[in-house]
Amino acid sequence: MDVLYFAWVRERIGIPKEKVETEAATVADLVSELVAREERYAAAFADLSALRVALDQELSGFDAPLSGVREVAFFPPMTGG
Amino acid sequence: MRVSVQEAPFDLGAEANRFAAGDTGSGAIVTFTGVVRDLAQGNLDVMEIEHYPGMTEKAIEAIADEARQRWSLADVLVIHRHGRLSPGDRIMMVATAARHRKDAFEAAEFLMDYLKSRAPFWKKEITGKGGEWVAAKDEDEAALDRW
Repeated sequence: MDVLYFAWVRERIGIPKEKVETEAATVADLVSELVAREERYAAAFADLSALRVALDQELSGFDAPLSGVREVAFFPPMTGG
Repeated sequence: MRVSVQEAPFDLGAEANRFAAGDTGSGAIVTFTGVVRDLAQGNLDVMEIEHYPGMTEKAIEAIADEARQRWSLADVLVIHRHGRLSPGDRIMMVATAARHRKDAFEAAEFLMDYLKSRAPFWKKEITGKGGEWVAAKDEDEAALDRW
Protein backbone atom coordinates (compact mmCIF):
# COMPACT_ATOMS: atom_id res chain seq x y z
CA MET A 1 0.00 0.00 0.00
CA ASP A 2 1.02 3.62 -0.37
CA VAL A 3 2.00 5.34 2.87
CA LEU A 4 2.08 9.14 2.86
CA TYR A 5 3.55 11.57 5.37
CA PHE A 6 2.79 15.25 5.77
CA ALA A 7 4.19 18.28 7.61
CA TRP A 8 6.66 17.45 10.42
CA VAL A 9 5.95 13.73 10.08
CA ARG A 10 7.25 13.96 6.49
CA GLU A 11 10.28 15.95 7.67
CA ARG A 12 11.17 13.49 10.45
CA ILE A 13 10.84 10.45 8.22
CA GLY A 14 12.53 12.24 5.34
CA ILE A 15 10.21 11.21 2.50
CA PRO A 16 6.69 12.23 1.45
CA LYS A 17 5.55 8.80 0.26
CA GLU A 18 6.61 5.16 0.06
CA LYS A 19 5.25 1.77 -0.89
CA VAL A 20 5.01 -0.62 2.05
CA GLU A 21 4.46 -4.37 1.81
CA THR A 22 2.69 -5.35 5.00
CA GLU A 23 0.36 -7.90 6.51
CA ALA A 24 -0.51 -5.51 9.36
CA ALA A 25 -4.12 -5.93 10.47
CA THR A 26 -4.59 -2.44 11.87
CA VAL A 27 -3.04 1.01 11.63
CA ALA A 28 -1.44 0.49 15.03
CA ASP A 29 0.19 -2.74 13.78
CA LEU A 30 1.55 -0.88 10.74
CA VAL A 31 2.96 1.83 13.02
CA SER A 32 4.70 -0.87 15.12
CA GLU A 33 6.27 -2.34 11.98
CA LEU A 34 7.50 1.07 10.82
CA VAL A 35 8.85 2.00 14.26
CA ALA A 36 10.84 -1.25 14.38
CA ARG A 37 12.54 -0.39 11.08
CA GLU A 38 14.59 2.69 11.85
CA GLU A 39 15.08 5.45 14.39
CA ARG A 40 13.54 8.12 12.13
CA TYR A 41 10.21 6.26 12.21
CA ALA A 42 10.44 5.85 15.97
CA ALA A 43 11.01 9.62 16.23
CA ALA A 44 8.02 10.41 14.04
CA PHE A 45 5.66 8.01 15.81
CA ALA A 46 6.88 8.63 19.38
CA ASP A 47 3.57 10.19 20.48
CA LEU A 48 0.51 8.88 18.65
CA SER A 49 -1.74 11.37 20.44
CA ALA A 50 0.05 14.09 18.40
CA LEU A 51 -0.78 12.31 15.12
CA ARG A 52 -3.78 11.77 12.90
CA VAL A 53 -4.31 9.07 10.29
CA ALA A 54 -6.37 8.93 7.12
CA LEU A 55 -7.29 5.70 5.30
CA ASP A 56 -8.02 6.19 1.60
CA GLN A 57 -8.32 9.92 2.31
CA GLU A 58 -10.86 9.58 5.15
CA LEU A 59 -9.89 10.47 8.73
CA SER A 60 -9.70 7.31 10.78
CA GLY A 61 -8.34 5.87 14.02
CA PHE A 62 -5.23 3.91 14.96
CA ASP A 63 -7.32 0.84 15.81
CA ALA A 64 -8.93 0.78 12.34
CA PRO A 65 -8.46 -2.34 10.17
CA LEU A 66 -6.28 -2.06 7.05
CA SER A 67 -7.93 -4.73 4.90
CA GLY A 68 -8.72 -3.34 1.46
CA VAL A 69 -6.98 -0.02 2.21
CA ARG A 70 -4.76 1.30 -0.58
CA GLU A 71 -3.52 4.58 0.88
CA VAL A 72 -2.56 5.39 4.47
CA ALA A 73 -1.52 8.92 5.47
CA PHE A 74 0.03 10.10 8.73
CA PHE A 75 0.08 13.76 9.73
CA PRO A 76 -0.17 16.15 12.68
CA PRO A 77 -3.49 17.79 13.65
CA MET A 78 -4.60 20.01 10.81
CA THR A 79 -4.20 23.78 10.81
CA GLY A 80 -6.29 25.13 7.95
CA GLY A 81 -8.35 28.27 7.68
CA MET B 1 -21.29 25.05 -4.76
CA ARG B 2 -17.67 25.60 -5.70
CA VAL B 3 -14.56 24.41 -3.90
CA SER B 4 -11.14 25.52 -5.12
CA VAL B 5 -7.81 24.50 -3.62
CA GLN B 6 -5.22 26.59 -5.41
CA GLU B 7 -1.74 28.03 -5.22
CA ALA B 8 -2.62 31.24 -7.08
CA PRO B 9 -4.00 34.33 -5.35
CA PHE B 10 -7.70 35.04 -5.74
CA ASP B 11 -9.52 38.32 -6.36
CA LEU B 12 -11.85 38.76 -3.38
CA GLY B 13 -13.99 41.39 -5.11
CA ALA B 14 -14.38 39.43 -8.32
CA GLU B 15 -15.19 36.22 -6.43
CA ALA B 16 -17.74 37.99 -4.23
CA ASN B 17 -19.37 39.63 -7.27
CA ARG B 18 -19.55 36.37 -9.21
CA PHE B 19 -20.88 34.43 -6.21
CA ALA B 20 -24.65 34.06 -6.30
CA ALA B 21 -24.83 36.58 -9.18
CA GLY B 22 -28.34 36.53 -10.63
CA ASP B 23 -29.72 34.73 -7.58
CA THR B 24 -32.60 36.99 -6.61
CA GLY B 25 -33.92 34.56 -3.99
CA SER B 26 -31.05 35.09 -1.55
CA GLY B 27 -31.37 38.10 0.71
CA ALA B 28 -28.09 37.45 2.51
CA ILE B 29 -24.54 36.82 1.37
CA VAL B 30 -21.81 36.41 3.97
CA THR B 31 -18.13 36.36 3.01
CA PHE B 32 -15.23 35.58 5.31
CA THR B 33 -11.58 36.10 4.37
CA GLY B 34 -8.60 34.55 6.16
CA VAL B 35 -5.35 36.55 6.07
CA VAL B 36 -1.76 35.51 6.89
CA ARG B 37 -0.98 37.03 10.28
CA ASP B 38 2.52 37.80 11.48
CA LEU B 39 2.46 35.74 14.68
CA ALA B 40 6.26 35.86 14.85
CA GLN B 41 6.10 39.55 15.83
CA GLY B 42 7.46 41.25 12.75
CA ASN B 43 9.76 38.39 11.84
CA LEU B 44 7.53 36.26 9.65
CA ASP B 45 8.98 36.06 6.14
CA VAL B 46 6.85 33.34 4.62
CA MET B 47 3.93 31.12 5.58
CA GLU B 48 4.16 27.76 3.85
CA ILE B 49 0.90 25.89 3.53
CA GLU B 50 1.09 22.19 2.78
CA HIS B 51 -1.96 20.10 1.95
CA TYR B 52 -3.01 16.59 0.97
CA PRO B 53 -4.06 16.75 -2.71
CA GLY B 54 -7.18 14.71 -3.27
CA MET B 55 -8.21 14.45 0.36
CA THR B 56 -8.30 18.24 0.74
CA GLU B 57 -10.95 18.70 -1.94
CA LYS B 58 -13.00 15.75 -0.67
CA ALA B 59 -12.84 16.94 2.94
CA ILE B 60 -13.93 20.48 2.05
CA GLU B 61 -16.76 19.19 -0.15
CA ALA B 62 -17.97 16.98 2.70
CA ILE B 63 -17.91 19.94 5.10
CA ALA B 64 -19.80 22.10 2.60
CA ASP B 65 -22.36 19.32 2.02
CA GLU B 66 -22.87 19.08 5.77
CA ALA B 67 -23.44 22.85 5.95
CA ARG B 68 -26.04 22.63 3.17
CA GLN B 69 -27.87 19.92 5.09
CA ARG B 70 -27.92 21.90 8.33
CA TRP B 71 -28.83 25.33 6.97
CA SER B 72 -31.01 26.55 4.17
CA LEU B 73 -28.36 27.74 1.71
CA ALA B 74 -28.65 28.73 -1.93
CA ASP B 75 -24.91 28.44 -2.57
CA VAL B 76 -21.52 27.89 -0.94
CA LEU B 77 -18.02 28.91 -2.10
CA VAL B 78 -14.75 27.85 -0.51
CA ILE B 79 -11.33 28.92 -1.85
CA HIS B 80 -8.20 27.85 0.06
CA ARG B 81 -4.65 28.51 -1.04
CA HIS B 82 -1.50 26.46 -0.51
CA GLY B 83 2.18 27.09 -1.16
CA ARG B 84 4.24 30.09 -0.03
CA LEU B 85 2.34 33.13 1.24
CA SER B 86 3.50 36.41 2.76
CA PRO B 87 2.07 38.32 5.76
CA GLY B 88 -1.06 40.15 4.67
CA ASP B 89 -1.80 37.70 1.85
CA ARG B 90 -5.29 36.26 1.73
CA ILE B 91 -5.17 32.55 2.51
CA MET B 92 -8.76 31.60 2.00
CA MET B 93 -12.34 32.72 1.66
CA VAL B 94 -15.76 31.32 2.38
CA ALA B 95 -19.02 32.66 1.03
CA THR B 96 -22.57 31.58 1.80
CA ALA B 97 -25.82 32.70 0.24
CA ALA B 98 -29.17 32.21 1.94
CA ARG B 99 -32.66 33.62 2.04
CA HIS B 100 -32.01 34.89 5.60
CA ARG B 101 -28.82 36.17 7.22
CA LYS B 102 -28.92 33.81 10.22
CA ASP B 103 -28.40 30.81 7.96
CA ALA B 104 -25.67 32.58 5.99
CA PHE B 105 -23.74 33.68 9.12
CA GLU B 106 -24.05 30.42 11.00
CA ALA B 107 -23.12 28.30 8.00
CA ALA B 108 -20.05 30.49 7.34
CA GLU B 109 -18.92 30.06 10.95
CA PHE B 110 -19.51 26.31 10.79
CA LEU B 111 -17.47 26.10 7.57
CA MET B 112 -14.61 28.05 9.16
CA ASP B 113 -14.57 25.95 12.33
CA TYR B 114 -14.46 22.71 10.36
CA LEU B 115 -11.98 23.93 7.74
CA LYS B 116 -9.60 24.84 10.54
CA SER B 117 -9.28 21.38 12.02
CA ARG B 118 -10.82 18.90 9.54
CA ALA B 119 -9.38 19.96 6.19
CA PRO B 120 -5.85 18.58 5.67
CA PHE B 121 -3.75 21.75 5.62
CA TRP B 122 -0.62 22.41 7.67
CA LYS B 123 0.98 25.81 8.18
CA LYS B 124 4.68 26.43 8.66
CA GLU B 125 6.05 29.82 9.67
CA ILE B 126 9.40 30.69 8.16
CA THR B 127 11.42 33.38 9.95
CA GLY B 128 15.08 34.35 9.99
CA LYS B 129 15.55 31.70 12.69
CA GLY B 130 14.17 28.88 10.57
CA GLY B 131 10.84 27.17 10.15
CA GLU B 132 8.25 26.17 12.73
CA TRP B 133 5.03 24.21 12.20
CA VAL B 134 1.97 25.94 13.61
CA ALA B 135 0.46 23.73 16.33
CA ALA B 136 -3.25 23.03 16.38
CA LYS B 137 -5.00 24.70 19.31
CA ASP B 138 -7.27 22.92 21.79
CA GLU B 139 -9.78 25.73 21.35
CA ASP B 140 -10.02 24.96 17.62
CA GLU B 141 -11.00 21.38 18.40
CA ALA B 142 -13.37 22.58 21.13
CA ALA B 143 -15.03 24.96 18.64
CA LEU B 144 -16.48 21.93 16.84
CA ASP B 145 -18.47 20.91 19.92
CA ARG B 146 -20.91 23.78 19.57
CA TRP B 147 -22.19 22.34 16.29
